[in-house]
Amino acid sequence: MTAVVTAPTVVERVYAPIHDGLAVAHRNLIALRRVPRLLIFSTVQPLVFILMFRYVFGGVTGRALNGISYVDFMMPGIFVQAAVFGAMNTAIGLATDMQTGLMERFRSLPMARSAVLSGRTLADLTRNVFVVSLMTGVGFALGFRVHTDAWRFLAGVVLVLLFGFAMSWIFATIGMAVGDPETAQAAAFPMLVPLVFASSAFVPVATMPGWLQAFANNQPVSATVEAVRTLVLGGPAASLVWQALAWDAGIVAVFAPLGVWLYRRAV
Amino acid sequence: MHDAPAIAVSGLTKRFGDVTALGGIDFEVPQGTVFGLLGPNGAGKTTAIRILTTIIRPSSGRAEVLGHDVAEEPATVRRLIGLAGQNAAVDPNLTARENLRLIGRLTRLPARRLDPRAAELLEQFDLVAAADRPVRTYSGGMRRRLDVAAALVSEPPVLFLDEPTTGLDPQSRGALWELIRQLLREGTTVLLTTQYLEEADRLANRVAVIDEGRIIADDAPGVLKERLGQTVIELDMGDEARAAEAATLITTRLQRAPGREGPLLRLAAPDGSMLLMDVMHALEGDGMVPRTIAVRESSLDDVFLALTGHRTEDTP
Repeated sequence: MTAVVTAPTVVERVYAPIHDGLAVAHRNLIALRRVPRLLIFSTVQPLVFILMFRYVFGGVTGRALNGISYVDFMMPGIFVQAAVFGAMNTAIGLATDMQTGLMERFRSLPMARSAVLSGRTLADLTRNVFVVSLMTGVGFALGFRVHTDAWRFLAGVVLVLLFGFAMSWIFATIGMAVGDPETAQAAAFPMLVPLVFASSAFVPVATMPGWLQAFANNQPVSATVEAVRTLVLGGPAASLVWQALAWDAGIVAVFAPLGVWLYRRAV
Repeated sequence: MHDAPAIAVSGLTKRFGDVTALGGIDFEVPQGTVFGLLGPNGAGKTTAIRILTTIIRPSSGRAEVLGHDVAEEPATVRRLIGLAGQNAAVDPNLTARENLRLIGRLTRLPARRLDPRAAELLEQFDLVAAADRPVRTYSGGMRRRLDVAAALVSEPPVLFLDEPTTGLDPQSRGALWELIRQLLREGTTVLLTTQYLEEADRLANRVAVIDEGRIIADDAPGVLKERLGQTVIELDMGDEARAAEAATLITTRLQRAPGREGPLLRLAAPDGSMLLMDVMHALEGDGMVPRTIAVRESSLDDVFLALTGHRTEDTP
């Protein structure tokens, strides 16, 4: 038996994580198609939020909103909220993965160590494309209107998706750290709520007490919401978009290596 | 590297906190042979396999696959091995074909080889009819077959099978044995763990018996059987006094001492029926009629009793 083995080349080192991440993402998307309840639950929840916020807070008007109708004000917030809550599924999905025998095999394969995590976050990004499209349709049906143009709106959608992807890496790390789906859910939820609600997603930050404003003005949900809102409702958006992108890049730069490190360690 | 043993293990230990799973084991597996690691649950078999397949790192000692250290060159080792574990490591939501294609992609099979290789394996493992059904609808035996098939996708030169037939019906077990022999003819090296003496005997060129993280015997299965006996005869003499008396008779007349446990006498031999005749002859003149006689194939339990003086259940 001759077995010729050569050390991986530089091209392989760069190519392998992408190739393997896509292979694992494909596997996760097949599961999403075959177990429709996964997709249904991650879609129903954002739709319920749209309906709730549209009709419970829909009557809110006033100076704080600068004459914008509440449905137009809230839709960017709802988009971002859905992306953040959707990221919780990354933690749950990954923690579930880690309990299966398949991971044992994956560790013995010559695949990139990052592939289990990137495959999960990429699959969740794809799912978010579906969720956001559906939300857009429902939003328009309930009276949401874009004040700028289609390109700016699309740019806003891309920002939402990128933020969802970045959040997925945070929750991938949480999923790796806690190791079982129930704990992942329990750990993720209390972190999500302040991030989403103590932000400019649903109410203008100016209406909050000062100490809360300090937090709400300096966290990634607000940064993304402000950028998307400006893209959709009009105004100078460039610097807000860069801020949002910086948050995304920073989050991935910290949490992707951390999550992969946890994957290498966890057995 | 060409002449390196397929697997070489020396002074290998693994501790999990205070628990010593492997207390320093050594063995070598030449290329193109089957090595059996025989032992009860918790003996350290799976730990040894997990170290050799780079899933966990050893606490000390060395383990090499085809000359490559598993701790220092895990990426290289991973390209040389296939693993089928105890818990069928396949994705229940994917079909068998999708599972095999996924493993093919992750072992860097060229894209044009993915479908043909999956089809070959589905054929070989008798999974063609169910190939496009999600695996969650499979029986345990089908899953196990798929699991072994998945380990073979990249045609690895060294294959690790962790209790491959546990929970399989006799027919599937026989089919898997035949497949392992086929791989051996093609030059694959196989390390398999098992709780069944018969399985180790039928397949392996060499068998190591492992107990509490240590190897207590390492030999060709024929030699082990010679030493430990293939057939076990158990005589229930009714009470301990009669058992002692009968043991003395057998020892003096047959020049072999039976094992004693309460009223039970136990003898092991490569040829059981011949021994049984001799034992009966030795006892009959003195009216020492056993209450019951049992003749059976020797089990892992007997091997342990012979090697360690304790039964497998005694293993903490």
